This record gives sequence, structure tokens and C-alpha cells, in this order.
Amino acid sequence: MLSYTLRRLAFAIPTVLVISLIVFLMLDMAPGDPTGSLPLTIPLEVREQIRQSLGLGDPVMVRYFKWLYMMCFVEPLHILAGLTGWDIAPEGPRILSWQTRSPVGDILVQRVPQTLWVVGLGYLFGILIALPIGVISAYRQYSWFDQAGTFVSMIGFSVPTFFTGVVFILIFSVWLGWFPSMYDTTHVVRDWNSFVFQAKQIAMPVAVLALFNASQISRFMRASMLDNLNQDYVRTARAKGLGEKTVVLVHVLRNSMIPVVTVIAIGIPTVFTGAIITEQIFRVNGLGDALIRAIYVSDWPMVQTITFIFAILIVLFNLIADVLYGILDPRIRYD
Amino acid sequence: MAEQRKLVEVRDLKMYFPINTGILRRHTGDVKAVDGVSFDIYEGETLGIVGESGCGKSTCGRAVLRLYDITAGTIKIDGVEIGAKGQSALRKMRPTMQMVFQDPQACLNPRMTVAAIIGEPLDEHTDWSKAKKLERIYELMDAVGLNRSFANRYPHAFSGGQRQRIGIARALALNPKFIICDEPIAALDVSIQAQVVNLLEDLQDSLGLTYMFISHDLSMVRHIADRVAVMYLGKIVELAPRDALYATPRHPYTEALLSAVPDPDPKVEARVQRIILKGDVPSPSNPPKGCNFSTRCPKVMDICRQIDPEYRELAPGHFTACHLYNDAGETGAPRYECNQQGEDA
Repeated sequence: MLSYTLRRLAFAIPTVLVISLIVFLMLDMAPGDPTGSLPLTIPLEVREQIRQSLGLGDPVMVRYFKWLYMMCFVEPLHILAGLTGWDIAPEGPRILSWQTRSPVGDILVQRVPQTLWVVGLGYLFGILIALPIGVISAYRQYSWFDQAGTFVSMIGFSVPTFFTGVVFILIFSVWLGWFPSMYDTTHVVRDWNSFVFQAKQIAMPVAVLALFNASQISRFMRASMLDNLNQDYVRTARAKGLGEKTVVLVHVLRNSMIPVVTVIAIGIPTVFTGAIITEQIFRVNGLGDALIRAIYVSDWPMVQTITFIFAILIVLFNLIADVLYGILDPRIRYD
Repeated sequence: MAEQRKLVEVRDLKMYFPINTGILRRHTGDVKAVDGVSFDIYEGETLGIVGESGCGKSTCGRAVLRLYDITAGTIKIDGVEIGAKGQSALRKMRPTMQMVFQDPQACLNPRMTVAAIIGEPLDEHTDWSKAKKLERIYELMDAVGLNRSFANRYPHAFSGGQRQRIGIARALALNPKFIICDEPIAALDVSIQAQVVNLLEDLQDSLGLTYMFISHDLSMVRHIADRVAVMYLGKIVELAPRDALYATPRHPYTEALLSAVPDPDPKVEARVQRIILKGDVPSPSNPPKGCNFSTRCPKVMDICRQIDPEYRELAPGHFTACHLYNDAGETGAPRYECNQQGEDA
């Protein structure tokens, strides 16, 4: 298993490099100009000087390797130095965002906690809701609970988050006035009241994401439970005289979790990317929001870096899913 | 045989599976998988249940152990009526009655080791210490001829025959009195079949077990069973001591079934007169009027299509449900006469 994991990790490195090169070349060829959003009164020579100062004068491959060196070496060390206080940050240039002129790494460090809190909680609540719903739906197949669960998850599955988000704002902010429609990132939790405010402002984005994730995962859970409930070993377990709780929660659920756990693992990076829209709607200034803003103003270093992080997450969690599969299912051996 | 104690008494057991159709899923009919079956099993004997695919053998076995909620009937095991008991009350009874399942590939939880599979009933029904449980697990593995060092392996690492041994060890864990073997050898190849059947017989001798042996392999049933019941479309058509059944089958279906058994001697085999039945088994959701076998019976009479024949004792211990013997009631009743009566009617 260990050698398999290491081999897969070794293969992941060229994959991620190729992805980063493709993204870099595509951004380089894309229309748009970092000076495009500057006032029209700036003369063309000045614009050209600005481009040169941003490093756009070098050939594309030179720029790529410069970026790659900074991305893989300089920025991680700076971030580590910022987190731990160690004096390991190297001298020299960093990846600079064209819109803010501050290092991309620093911006990401500011942005990631918001995304992790909102999106992470959305995913976590989604899983916590989905698993019991899936289990009960399967155990009581075609009952009213199953029918209702199937209906709700069909809605959650088919209605996009930008629609449910707006509907939630309309109902809970505009009509009922329960929750604020905008997420205030500067809010600091100090006491009970500020905690209540934090809970209120995070409730709607988390609910939107949780609904979407829960409907997907509960479908997987239900299907997987149904597969296993009719297996012969379940009848064996009943014939052993085990309690119904043991039969369902130990025998059926553990076997049903094998595909579900891998689906959950594969879904984690798509949650980061998929939350771009939800972050926009609720004005959560997380990673997705940073990506969208960077695209608007042709801030290619920012776009490149965030895309690269997404690529790493996707490759990494695919590997984690595969390894989990091997750990959970004794029939699967990778060596 | 009469003085032997009845361990299992089944009376008029019915197991219907509802059919729901239409938008409102209305209950529109039933699959009558087991339709009024009665039999006894004496302590220490083996009752063979034979019949073709889909005749309700396995359903009958599972219903007797109450792995289903039965539709009607009574089941008495070791003097306790379990026909209407709730599942939680049944759980306490499970140590007495166990089952060996057909498909050794599917009936073992793929995520549990052999020791966990065999030991789980002990966790559930005893308060033994870990060491004592492990001792019992090893003892069971020895009893079924599995190497003790296999205890921590998963089921997928075993062959079909070994897996069936795990299934048997699992069934034996709590010292049951009564074991239902639901086609335990159907998924095994012939050389392994003999091993498993001999193992079952040895265990029966040493532990005094009572078996209900469900199979479609007539020669194997002849080898292991003391009495044999023949099922057709959810009913027992004939039940008799083994030798009587194989020597003088009474029911036309039994005759046809037995004539299909191949004989290893090619000279005998060449002279065998096979009774080839025409048509298919009717659907158990819509059985024919009268006798269930009337649509395919080579000796069918008018009355067979009208009235369901009674299940009666022709000779001591030899039961059958057929109109051919309705007026005779005696062993040597001339079948021919009955036929004529039927034609006259």
C-alpha cells in the first residue's frame, strides 16, 4: 500500500506540472490585458512600460519557469515563515498580483480561512445530513420518508446553488429578515453576541452548500445501502441472531461506506471550485471570490496560482480516495 | 420413528410475497412461494427437501427459521412456537436454529475476518472472555477442517469449499440443535461437494444435529437424508422415508423427477425410460385451479383441474397429495382403477 501510494505520488508530480503549463499557456494566449482596466488617458508608451515592469517582456517559457520556481519554492517558504515565525523566507521576487501588487501567497493566506469555514462547514453539514437520510431512505425504501428524501435531493441536485442562494436571500433576508444577506469577513468573534452574529451570517451560505452536497451524497448513500441490504451476508447476520441495529449499522453500513467515502473524498476539491458562485452571491471573500475578481481584471498570476492549487487538490484527493478504497475494502490490494 | 421426539413441527406454513402494481402501488396479488406446507422433523434426522428451481424450497427453509415474516401457519421448534414471535424474541432463539447458506461467496461479510465472522454470534449471545471466545473459534475451525492460521484472513482469500466450511463453522458456533442447509453444495464443484457433505454428516454424528437439507441434487439427498420431501410450486407433493420414496415414488411429479437422475452405469442409463414433462412451471402468483401439477401431469384427470388434492398418509410415514390415491388410501391401491374412475367422472 505504501509503495503504491508513493508510486502514485511520483506520477502525480508530472500530471500537476503539465496542468500548470497548459493553464499558463492558455492564460498567455487569452485576450485581455493587465492595463485594460486603467484609465484611458494613460498613453500607450506608459502602458507598455507598465507591461514591461510586470515582467511581460520575457518569453513565455521564461515567465513560466520563473513562476514555477516561485510557486513551488519561494511562496511555500514565505507562507510557512508567516505561519510559524521562523526566519526561512528566501530573498528575491515573489509572485505578485497585478491588481494589488502584493504577493499572491499573502492574499491566499488571508482568503483561505473564509473558504474553509464557509465551504468546509457546508460540506461537513452536507455529509452529516446526507448519511442518516441515505441510510433511513434505503432501510425504509418507498416509505414516505424515502419519497420525501428522494424529492428533496432531486431538487437539491437539479437546482443550481446560484438559484437557491438568491431564493434563500429573498426569503430569509428580504422577507423574514432573519439573516444578513452579506457575509462580513471583518467580523471577529469575541463574546456570545458576536458568536450569534457569526452563526447568523454563516447560516445561509452553509445551508445552500449543505443542501447541494447532501442531495448528492444521500443519493450515493441510499444506492449503496440498497445494494448491500439485499446481500446474502446480511441474511447471514440476521440468522446469527444479531440485533437489527448491529445488522444495519455494522454489517450493511460499513460495507456501504466503501463507495461513499471515496465519493466524499473526491468531492472535497470540487467543493472549493464549486463554491466560487456561492461565495460571490453571499460576498464571502474566499478563494473562489479571489479567482473571479482576478479573472475580471486579467490578473493572470493570481488566476494561475489559484488554478494550480485547485489542480493539486484534485489530484491529491483522487489519490486519497483510491488509498481509502484500498484501506476500507480488504478485497482490493494495489501491490 | 413414532417414538422419536419431534424437534420441528411445521403446520400449514404459507409465505406469500405481495405484488403491488399501478400508480398507487395497490396490492393486486401474491407470489405464493410457499403455500400450505406441513411436515415434522425428528431429532437427529435429516429431512431432505427437493424440487426444481423456483418451487419454494429455499423460501420454505428461510420461513421455517423466520428469516421472513410468514403469512400464515405455525412453526414449533424444540417445543416453542415461533410462527408469530417478534424479531427481538426470535433473536434469543437463534442459538438453537441456524442456517448454512447457498452461496458461500456472498453470504460472508467481505469486510470481516474469518475469526470475526465465526465469533460474532458469540459476541452477541454469550458473555465469554476474549480468550474463551478465541478458543471456541479455533475449536470450530478444527471441527470443520480449517487451518487455525487462517483466522485473520478475509473471506475473499478462500476457495468456495473453504468458504462453505467457514459458513458451517459460523452456524455451529452456538451449539445449535437444528440446522437448515440451503443448497450448501450447489455452488461447489463435485469433488468439494462430497467433502462438505461428509463433513456435515460427521458433524451430525458427533454433535447430534438435526438437518433440513434443501437441494436439487437428488443423488446427494439420497445419500444424506433419512426422509425426503418433494416440493412443487410451493407445496409438498410427496414426503416419505428415503428408501420408500426412491423405490416407490407415488406422485407423478416425483416419478418424473426421479427418472431424470442420471445413472453412472451407461448400460442402465441407455435403458432408462425418462418421463419428460411438457410445458413450464406455472407462475406462483397465478397457480392453476385444482392440483398445482395438473397442467403438466402425464396422468391428469378431470378432478385434478377442479379440486386441490388432499395431503394424506398412504403408508406409515409416506404422504402424498394426489387424486390418484384418493379412494385407495392403501399402499397397494391399483392406480389403474383410479385412472378409470377419473375418466368415468
